[in-house]
Amino acid sequence: MTRQERGAAAEAVVLPVAALAAAMVLFGLFVAALNQNPLEVYALIYRGAFASAFSWQNTLVRAAPLILTALCVALPAQVGLMMIGGEGALVLGGLAAAVIGHFLGGAAPLAVELAMAAGAMAVGAAWIGLAGALRHYRGVNETISSLLLTYIAIAVFNHLVEGLLRDPASLNKPSTMPIGEANMLGHLPGLDVHWGLGFGVIFCVAMYVLVARTTVGFALRIVGGSGRAARLAGLPVGGLVLAACGLGGAAAGLAGMVEVAAVHGTANASLIAGYGYGGILIAFIARQQPLAIVPVAVLVGGISASGGMLQRRLDLPDATVLVLQGVAFMVILASEALYGRLKIFRPAA
Amino acid sequence: MLDMTGRGSRREALKTLGIAGAVGALGLFRPRPARAADKLVIGVIYVGPRDDYGYNQAQAQAAAAIKKMPGVTVVEQEKVPETTDVQKTMASMIEQDGATLLFPTSFGYFDPHILRMAERYAKVRFAHCGGLWTEGKHPKNVGSYFGYIDECQYLNGVVAGHTSKTKKLGFIAAKPIPQVLRNINAFTLGARSVDPKITTQLIITGDWSLPVKEAEAAQSLIDQGVDVLTCHVDSPKVVVETAERRGVFVCGYHANQATLAPKGYLTGAEWNWLTPYTMHVKDAQAGKPLVNFLRGGLKEGFVKTSAYGRAVSEAARKNADGVKARMMEGDFVIFKGPLKDNTSKTVIDAGVSQKQTDVVLEQMAYLVEGVIGKV
Repeated sequence: MTRQERGAAAEAVVLPVAALAAAMVLFGLFVAALNQNPLEVYALIYRGAFASAFSWQNTLVRAAPLILTALCVALPAQVGLMMIGGEGALVLGGLAAAVIGHFLGGAAPLAVELAMAAGAMAVGAAWIGLAGALRHYRGVNETISSLLLTYIAIAVFNHLVEGLLRDPASLNKPSTMPIGEANMLGHLPGLDVHWGLGFGVIFCVAMYVLVARTTVGFALRIVGGSGRAARLAGLPVGGLVLAACGLGGAAAGLAGMVEVAAVHGTANASLIAGYGYGGILIAFIARQQPLAIVPVAVLVGGISASGGMLQRRLDLPDATVLVLQGVAFMVILASEALYGRLKIFRPAA
Repeated sequence: MLDMTGRGSRREALKTLGIAGAVGALGLFRPRPARAADKLVIGVIYVGPRDDYGYNQAQAQAAAAIKKMPGVTVVEQEKVPETTDVQKTMASMIEQDGATLLFPTSFGYFDPHILRMAERYAKVRFAHCGGLWTEGKHPKNVGSYFGYIDECQYLNGVVAGHTSKTKKLGFIAAKPIPQVLRNINAFTLGARSVDPKITTQLIITGDWSLPVKEAEAAQSLIDQGVDVLTCHVDSPKVVVETAERRGVFVCGYHANQATLAPKGYLTGAEWNWLTPYTMHVKDAQAGKPLVNFLRGGLKEGFVKTSAYGRAVSEAARKNADGVKARMMEGDFVIFKGPLKDNTSKTVIDAGVSQKQTDVVLEQMAYLVEGVIGKV
């Protein structure tokens, strides 16, 4: 590492940590205004999120779906698109997984699980790919279209779950036919955390390698920098846009499959839990970097895990956690303006 | 996480020291424990906000009341979605707070979330609202409690029937599921017991909490000439407020919404969860086995009606009070033959009475004659 590189690396670690510390101070002032002892609140946040094996697993379980849905934002962002429709890809991916799981029910569990994952990823890829194609070939704004497609996805999902695909036994909670206990995804070895976390981390690492270490990734980033320049350089821009959107959609679809195969065992309205929207926040805080998504998702999972502790011990409303999350993210985003401006990270060559 | 071996730079070492220091400092401030040796710790979990004027508020009122019972500590958590979040919330209450009796109140918490946790924590009691527990299929440390709130809906209908001038009532519902259909039908039967010409216009919004759609539905029903509204959604707040603003009447649901509509609030179908909560708490304190299947109506004190509003006429009060007295006696049957649905198909044959405890009612998939709408 050269001195400059070391400076940049230090900047990438110190700035977010300092921002987080500043956010905690601001939040401390906020809770002090509510007549709570900030130190006790900090202690509870730490206990709720990271103090024991139990709280770590609580944090990781909450982080797991967000890692995958954040990729649905970060990958299209490589080609300069702002997709916010991960929720739609997630619910339709989950629905596809539930249908496949039920119809292949009797086959070997591993085969069923692979088929569910493949089907969910294909559906998710097609859904976000559709928004990407509308953008590339018809000039439709992808942010708006992916958001609207989410409403359509949820409507289609509800229509099928409450109609054609409904398990007649699911009286007051309309659901699809169960995929069967044998086909459920288990936990990561030694942990009380389902495989969704593993899939998310593997997906992030693979996407990091793709984006940062391959010529395809380089081409994606050129398209993101300037589509016209990429076209002049002879790159297949349309294919690259669709690929980035498809990969992002596949990640969100996989998140839907995990919800079905690791948690619910069927597709129902519980799948529409807002994970797709949570991922947007994480991708932005992670500055659209696949590897950075993992720690950011863990941080958000931790805030959410400790939120319960604050509610239960101090009788604070759930909104307190939203304040903490909001303050933390505003400060982190504001700190981005400092990148490259602080002399201590810029040693003279 | 703190594994920093092999990276012996000074900066890293300082960082590690810093983290260790921070962790140590945090350890000095020991948070208040929720656990107390001889107290029963009870966890209550809500899917929405506790002050929603609806489903969650009805539960929170009971939780607030049991807090005052001797030897009881209550921990609460709101806005917990029906995902792994609720599993972790239940586990946190058990592991971190020492809870041994849980009230996870949302219907969607049951399968798979409560069932998973009940398997893992066999000594903890799980009391779920919604009535899904089945003998032989579900574990013994899980119980269901629920109320026959269609009795109150029938009474709402009686009062609405007396009050309506246009003879058009409006019902805004979340989903066409048996529980909801039973309320719509009971409301309509109550109203038509007053005047068989009355109709109920139904709008289904599609989900439990869609405030914008609920307001639009209320506006559109009022525009069509409906002059008494009611609903079955998680929070009746916007429906009640919209009705009041437009100067029509409204019947409440879940909790009391009278303060939101001082002029137009007629009466309401309210839960009285304190009854089953108290039973479960007392059983837990006495070490008696959990009652797995707990149901009741007006007579058993599981549901109640809101006090009549100013606009309710003397005739309406008399009629409704008369029916209520018969319900309290236990000799009033809402669903009895001959009963036709709104496609003129007979759904209950003449001479057949389906009492509250009849499980057939829990598979209801029709709308009675007089309801304008489709399942």
